[in-house]
Amino acid sequence: MTTTTRPGAGPDAAEVRARSGAAGMRLGHRLFVAREVGIGLALVLLVGVTTAVNPRFLSGQGRQDLMLGATILVVLAVGQAIVIITRNVDLSVGSILGLAAFATGKLFLAMPDAPIVLAVLVGTGLGVLCGVVNGALIAVARVPALVVTLGTLYVFRGIDYSWAAGQQINAADMPSGFKSMGTADLLGIPLLALFAVAVLLVAGFYLKSYRSGRELYAIGSDPAAARLHGIPVGWRVFGALVVSGGLAGLAGVLYAARYGTLDAAAGTGIELNVVAAVVVGGVAIFGGSGSVYGAALGAVLLSTIGSALPVLKVNPFWQQAVVGALILAAIGLDRALAARVANRLRGRKARGA
Amino acid sequence: MPERADPVPARLALSGVRKSFGAVHALADVRLELRAGEVHALVGENGAGKSTLVKILAGVHAPDAGELTMDGAPLVLTGPADARAAGIAVIYQEPTLFPDLSVAENIFMGRQPLRGLRRIDTAAMRERATELFARLGVPLDPDRPARGLSIADQQLVEIAKALSFEARVLVMDEPTAALSGVEVERLFAVVRSLREAGAAILFISHRFDEVFALSQRITVMRDGRWVSTDPADELDVAQVVRRMVGREVSQLYPKQPTEVGEVILRVRGLNRRGVFADVGFEVRRGEIVALAGLVGAGRSEVVRAIFGVDPYDAGEVLVDGVRLPGGRPAAAMAAGLALVPEDRRQQGLVMELSIERNATLTRRWPLARFGLLGRGAERAAAQTWTQRLQVKAGRLGDPVSTLSGGNQQKVVLAKWLSTVPKVLIVDEPTRGIDVGTKAEVHRLMSQLAGEGVAVLMVSSELPEVLGMADRVLVMHEGRLVSEIARDAATEESVMLAATGQGGRA
Repeated sequence: MTTTTRPGAGPDAAEVRARSGAAGMRLGHRLFVAREVGIGLALVLLVGVTTAVNPRFLSGQGRQDLMLGATILVVLAVGQAIVIITRNVDLSVGSILGLAAFATGKLFLAMPDAPIVLAVLVGTGLGVLCGVVNGALIAVARVPALVVTLGTLYVFRGIDYSWAAGQQINAADMPSGFKSMGTADLLGIPLLALFAVAVLLVAGFYLKSYRSGRELYAIGSDPAAARLHGIPVGWRVFGALVVSGGLAGLAGVLYAARYGTLDAAAGTGIELNVVAAVVVGGVAIFGGSGSVYGAALGAVLLSTIGSALPVLKVNPFWQQAVVGALILAAIGLDRALAARVANRLRGRKARGA
Repeated sequence: MPERADPVPARLALSGVRKSFGAVHALADVRLELRAGEVHALVGENGAGKSTLVKILAGVHAPDAGELTMDGAPLVLTGPADARAAGIAVIYQEPTLFPDLSVAENIFMGRQPLRGLRRIDTAAMRERATELFARLGVPLDPDRPARGLSIADQQLVEIAKALSFEARVLVMDEPTAALSGVEVERLFAVVRSLREAGAAILFISHRFDEVFALSQRITVMRDGRWVSTDPADELDVAQVVRRMVGREVSQLYPKQPTEVGEVILRVRGLNRRGVFADVGFEVRRGEIVALAGLVGAGRSEVVRAIFGVDPYDAGEVLVDGVRLPGGRPAAAMAAGLALVPEDRRQQGLVMELSIERNATLTRRWPLARFGLLGRGAERAAAQTWTQRLQVKAGRLGDPVSTLSGGNQQKVVLAKWLSTVPKVLIVDEPTRGIDVGTKAEVHRLMSQLAGEGVAVLMVSSELPEVLGMADRVLVMHEGRLVSEIARDAATEESVMLAATGQGGRA
């Protein structure tokens, strides 16, 4: 990537901008794009190699499976990214998903004719409620999010288990309209995946274009400075956890639609996959930088690895090791990039002075 | 204070303001009156309560008593957002930027220009930031991240921030501390134009030439109390200093002449990329050497590297002619180095542990028998040293957090002196401690030098540097720019070197 003078701009303007404005913009932009492009390339490479080994990997059904497989993780990753950007974390999303999925099943057992919209509202609402509990504990009791959500991970799961009391809801109990939502598609894209895309676009737009969205980045970048700026840190963090909870609830409804068979263990352990996806996707674990798009790409990459490794005849035992190596590589890349940028910015200053 | 008939109420007035943190009285009965179209200087020693006052004006702290009025109407600030809404802009001593966000976003955070659907208008934001920088006359790029900006540039971003919302009251807490001469002139031009536009400005500085050049009235504070407010043209520097200190300066710094011996600590070509470069100096037995410079000049980083807390890329540290391995504090301690760090709460003490535990932390192994640390041995050792340093504590078993700042600092000193160091490195040894304890710490340092210990002191307080040091080394932007002997060291010569103008003077 060389940065020679662009033809369009006039000579003086080009010179001025090249010296100050454009250089910085390109630097910032390049960094942002580099990460997303990197994950995108890894994804293309993975899909390419796997398809070369087994062409059916990218057949119509194969594509559907890939997209469906990524859907739930993407929805969770978007919520998690919002929380991590504020230098917090939400470990309870797996349990919220389980609770919401089971609630959806129960709803249809009680009211077989319930409209799908109601199921979505109930599941999301339940997630929001869980998020309110998380957010209130963090903001009011000033307990770190890691500890609070670790606690609620068990609490929500416990509620789920005691409510289910060993009961399993079978796909046969679900109304066919709801089940068909799990398999329906629009122009070759599964309906469920469209939910994820919608969530992603709305969240990405909000974080980029709204004051409160930018404030989330500010909080993660320097919480003390954010307070001095008069940013309502407590409320914003509370909001982030509520959104994360709500999205986990939505993911629960999608889970119910996709699998149909539900028990209290749905989504157990998925929270760590989500955090991994977000970190691989370039959201700094100490907040302040990254994007939901990156997090979503990270989620797609992780779920695609999950589907590709069996096709590549890789021992399933290795799958976790691959995911782990990917996280370490992502973090290593972050450190290296951060060090380079820091040097570069310092170097520029020294030259400029 | 000469009371004049003033038909217009002050833009911002404080009266009877009191603020305590626990047992520490930060402010007692403080008053201040900022008028529109006037620069008001606030001077006082470190620890006089200036920063606390700033935080009250910024809405960060609520006063325990007293009241604020703006244009005659009572003003209650429940948080920084209130202060901003009232038109009060605060530029803190240390810039408060978001490193991950762009410069333009830092300026307009929470007040970004909007377009339809309340979206942020990025183009307008960038344009306005560019305009602001043009007005300030600096070629800063609004799109670069704030990370990596020099302190001076960060300060400029803060000023652009204050400009951007047309502040009615501008509070500047030592804005010039890290600026060079040209940058200061530029800042003053901006401040004057703001004043002419009718803003009320509170200016805090330790540089008297600036105070007198810029301000119309001067308020002096000491030990958290209001001392005086007078028109600037009725005062001179000597009067202000006397009111600030409240005593003769000489008795504060009981420097005894000592016999300077052979070189103990020798630093050669020490380099850490982007932090400091080519730092070399020597410290001799019985000598107190001060490392002066502005905040951010890299002084603490140098001593941390010498002690092995931080790594360095090139160069060497020799103690008694023996080279120290880099990055190993344990080796530095074994060679006879001791480092009293800058931030005692974070780096100097384990706040939850007892006084005796803290005081003996450096001697865990010598005090242990068969690897087990007995309470008796600890207590005895702690007793000796806390008595020698006259630590005022209820019981040695109490958590160290219950002590006052000055006594905490004594515990840190006790902990390091008990290792009987050959070289004592102290980083801001008297920051934030009361005047009495300050004098005790100074007497102790002087006494140690007399016993043949080499003392390397990092200090931002010029009187301390001038009063205590046999030699002053001055750093500017990561480089050692000047070495000044005790006789030649004056407030002026050190400041000039520290702001990077030593060569020209």
